[in-house]
Amino acid sequence: MDGFIAFAWERIIPTLDAGLWTSILLIVPASLFGVAIGVSVGALRVYGPRPVVKTLDAYVSLFRGTPLVVQLYFWYFALPYVRIGDFALVLSPMWAAIVGFALCSGAYQSEYIRGGLLSIKRGQLRAAQALGMTPFQSVTSVVLPQAFRRALPGCGNEIIYLIKYSSLASIITVSDLTGMGRSLAKSSFRNTEVFVVVGLYYLALVTIASFLLKIAEKKLEIPGFESKRE
Amino acid sequence: MDDPVILRVENIVKTIGGQRILDDVSFSVKKGHLKVLIGPSGAGKSTLLSCINFLSPPDSGTISLDGKAVDGKSRKELLALRQQVGMIFQDFNLFDHLSALDNVRVALVKVKGLDKRAATNRAMEELARVGLADKSTLYPAQLSGGQKQRVSVARALAMDPKVLLLDEPTSALDPELIGEVLTVIRDLADLGMTMVMATHQISFSAALADEFLFMERGRIVERGAPSQLLARDSGSRTQSFCAKLSELAGDGHCEIAPAPRA
Repeated sequence: MDGFIAFAWERIIPTLDAGLWTSILLIVPASLFGVAIGVSVGALRVYGPRPVVKTLDAYVSLFRGTPLVVQLYFWYFALPYVRIGDFALVLSPMWAAIVGFALCSGAYQSEYIRGGLLSIKRGQLRAAQALGMTPFQSVTSVVLPQAFRRALPGCGNEIIYLIKYSSLASIITVSDLTGMGRSLAKSSFRNTEVFVVVGLYYLALVTIASFLLKIAEKKLEIPGFESKRE
Repeated sequence: MDDPVILRVENIVKTIGGQRILDDVSFSVKKGHLKVLIGPSGAGKSTLLSCINFLSPPDSGTISLDGKAVDGKSRKELLALRQQVGMIFQDFNLFDHLSALDNVRVALVKVKGLDKRAATNRAMEELARVGLADKSTLYPAQLSGGQKQRVSVARALAMDPKVLLLDEPTSALDPELIGEVLTVIRDLADLGMTMVMATHQISFSAALADEFLFMERGRIVERGAPSQLLARDSGSRTQSFCAKLSELAGDGHCEIAPAPRA
């Protein structure tokens, strides 16, 4: 046990701390883009014109229906070979991961938002329109604020998933928590110790995220939208 | 009787799912008058009201406000029409995430473009008018049904509508809460607000209405002054419908001969 603590202190923690920043730099933008995509796609799938709805439905089924690893391989390894004329887009490992996570997360988030939107009674939309609001105003200032509150627990859940599947970035050569952990495990042959600590790092990230999400829920709480029912 | 006509509804036809919900309905409302739509459920009263502000656009026919026919295909004209025609719904349809004050204020800011200060003042005025100045910070979940409906009246009035459409404003309320909403409606009628109201509160509205329109199967089958239609020997559909309602309620309110409106 002594050996473990010394090893953890001297080798594992410094190594993982370097990867931790990379992970955070992946997770934060990816989850923000994911929520932004989810809200816009979710709203358009409920209120948009038919061709838009069809297109976005296709987006969601594609990104929910294929493995995330395959999507990451596509963004990182395959995209450079997709040429439009003379132009090919080459993403850095970081950007490939952020794009991949955001698009996948957005597909799931849009489902939570869609569910939230559908839970708001149609009458409120009618009331907003009866006051002379445009359809866009009715959705953004009446329906979405309520739907978002209803969808928040689900959206938070998706962010927590994202924290964990961010570990897949390591397979497209990003030196995140998992990537750094794996190279240390390989070079030191101490798999058990290293991966236990890697796991604890993710647990800590998820715990912090859950705490922040709870604060967000409390901040947005108003009568009629409580996070707990008496 | 030379008040100008504010709202004219001509030959409205509306079909939903192959069924003719409104079949060539026409009427007009003069400034300061109250028309009351009566009739059995499914007669088309609610649909008629929501055709007037194009919440469900009529298939054919014309709606004219202040003598100007509204082009239902022009988005701009529709939005302008809706600003000038207030609507009260049976189930209130307050915005659940906004306080009473914000429910009244939101359209003043977003639609009328008032600055926040002016909108707040106006919204508080309207809440005071319906007796809810002290409830302005409460959310819909914290209000009773009667209070919610009064907030929705304040919300509609804040837009300075030329006409107010009321779709069974008391039907979703507990009996003991109906009175407070009816009082607000009576005050509006006394102040000369132009209104079209669908209701089952026949004896109440008889005292206020300038005309009853009795609807059945998408048509206006009878129209006339309440006193005339409700006269016991009139043999009118309105009278027999009212008698049936009061028999069910057991209050025998149909016989009253309403006093002519002052």
